[in-house]
Amino acid sequence: MTLPLTDILAILPELIVVGAACLILVLDPITSAARKEWLAWIGLGALAACVGVTVSQMGVTVMAFSDLVIVDPYAGFWKLLLYVVSGLTILLSLAYLKEEAMHLAEYYGFLLLSLAGMMVMVSAADLLTIYLGTELMSLSLYILAGIKRTEGRSLEASAKYFVLGAFSSGILLYGISLLFGITGSTKLSAIASAIHGRSLDDPLLLLAMILLVVGFGFKIAAVPFHMWTPDVYEGSPTSVTAFMAVASKAASFGAFMRVFLEGLGGLKANWHGLFLIVCIATLVLGNVVAIVQTNIKRMLAYSSIAHAGYALIGVVVAGHATASIEIRSLGLSSVMLYLAIYAFMTLGAFAVVALLRKGGVEGEDIEDYTGLAKRQPVAAFLMLVFMVSLAGIPPTAGFIGKFYLFMGAVRAGLTWLAVVALLLAAVSAYYYLRVVMVMYMREPDASVTGQPRLAASPALAIVLACALAGVVLCGLYPNPLVALTQQAILALK
Amino acid sequence: MIPLSAYVAVSAILFATGLIGVLVRRNFIIVLMSVEIMLNAANINLVAFSHYLESMAGQIVALFVIAIAAGEAAVGLAIIIVVFRGKLSTNVDEMNLLKW
Repeated sequence: MTLPLTDILAILPELIVVGAACLILVLDPITSAARKEWLAWIGLGALAACVGVTVSQMGVTVMAFSDLVIVDPYAGFWKLLLYVVSGLTILLSLAYLKEEAMHLAEYYGFLLLSLAGMMVMVSAADLLTIYLGTELMSLSLYILAGIKRTEGRSLEASAKYFVLGAFSSGILLYGISLLFGITGSTKLSAIASAIHGRSLDDPLLLLAMILLVVGFGFKIAAVPFHMWTPDVYEGSPTSVTAFMAVASKAASFGAFMRVFLEGLGGLKANWHGLFLIVCIATLVLGNVVAIVQTNIKRMLAYSSIAHAGYALIGVVVAGHATASIEIRSLGLSSVMLYLAIYAFMTLGAFAVVALLRKGGVEGEDIEDYTGLAKRQPVAAFLMLVFMVSLAGIPPTAGFIGKFYLFMGAVRAGLTWLAVVALLLAAVSAYYYLRVVMVMYMREPDASVTGQPRLAASPALAIVLACALAGVVLCGLYPNPLVALTQQAILALK
Repeated sequence: MIPLSAYVAVSAILFATGLIGVLVRRNFIIVLMSVEIMLNAANINLVAFSHYLESMAGQIVALFVIAIAAGEAAVGLAIIIVVFRGKLSTNVDEMNLLKW
């Protein structure tokens, strides 16, 4: 048996990323501690090559490896987003790991392996590849969460993430096995045609669907499957938290929407109501519980749960049974737009948290930000921009993202859902702007003498500049990104 | 010939065992074993369906799952060892540094 070259070319970006990860893991032991950073640049080089390959693959649709893998504009969009996020995370980690005195090049190897898993997820056309991608992503993230081996919190985050992650993968797999029994295939296209002729009330089919919802619900951190998120986000190293909050959520949404809109699209009358309930529960719990948090990473964890709720509005619109294809496509593209914008603002916020880390003590409590505007005006201003954007206040990108989601909901006849989400966005402004208030309105504590030491470095400056540029430019001139998402959507049936 | 429903029933019982094990047991190692039982319940389903549907796809998926389960056990046990070094315990309830 030979492998056709076209198949190899289709997965070239994945091969480059895995190759770079293996190279880093092999070179790690023979590299002196002072030169470990060079290995991170191998990863960045690989990502640059992948951007080139994926851009050249945009616009065509190729199926590879007996329809296990699909390379289409939808997958291309998510991959480009994942490259940007991973590149920024590597730069953020360069600064953060140095500050933490962790000279571990395998960190970058696992980061790239996790990225490879996410890339497989978003370009999977078969439940088998989706499962494999999910596991590759998760197993690497379990290790990354606990990479600070000397700190109890990091280990505890890793252990909790592992238990709940493995549990959810087990549920997902059982759902896949039932779906295989019902439809006779694991290919999404074959599942779609097998479901087409069946009654929607088949209890086994409903059970399989619910198990898939639970499995994916854990990965995107939707209520009631969110309980791992705050602990894991708080305990993990900040650079890993940023990567988990952004990249794994984007990849999970990418795979989730392909499975439900393409494979289980025939069941949308069944899952539409379920997602509506999950969406509202996620919005309410995420936004309300975030109010009482005192640790900024924990607050951002609940905020990321809330943002998953906003993105689910778009999924609900895309799965609306009576709305026209045009409106449903708007729902789908607005999810992609929202997650791209969410990536910039959340990465930026976590980069500021990493920046404010003071020697020995994490600058993690919101109280630590008291009077920051007087002491570190630039850092305070950056945090202000990211918080305003997360709250969805114009002219930042967060407003544009929410605007498209709410517009989709209103046009699909779900005006009440848009109103509920808008009210909860007002609630969210309370806890985002509280950080701003603490920074700008309060005087610095007199007992704190001298300037706090900023963990500033050129790499971190690049990350913050990119995140700031993303948030401001997408807020003022969103057309290119909107056009990109509209070209890259799935063909809805 | 053993009917398909018998296999699916065994698989459902195993899955329920694993599910309850994860939720009820407090020892990290037993939780890990329960997760592995859940994966194997899915494997039984896949192989049984594969046989009755006369399609090899299910058996191929099961082979991949076995490989993944081995990787998952390796990572899980590694995490358990590092946690045990710090706490001298594998009890899930003693992991209580992070809470709100």
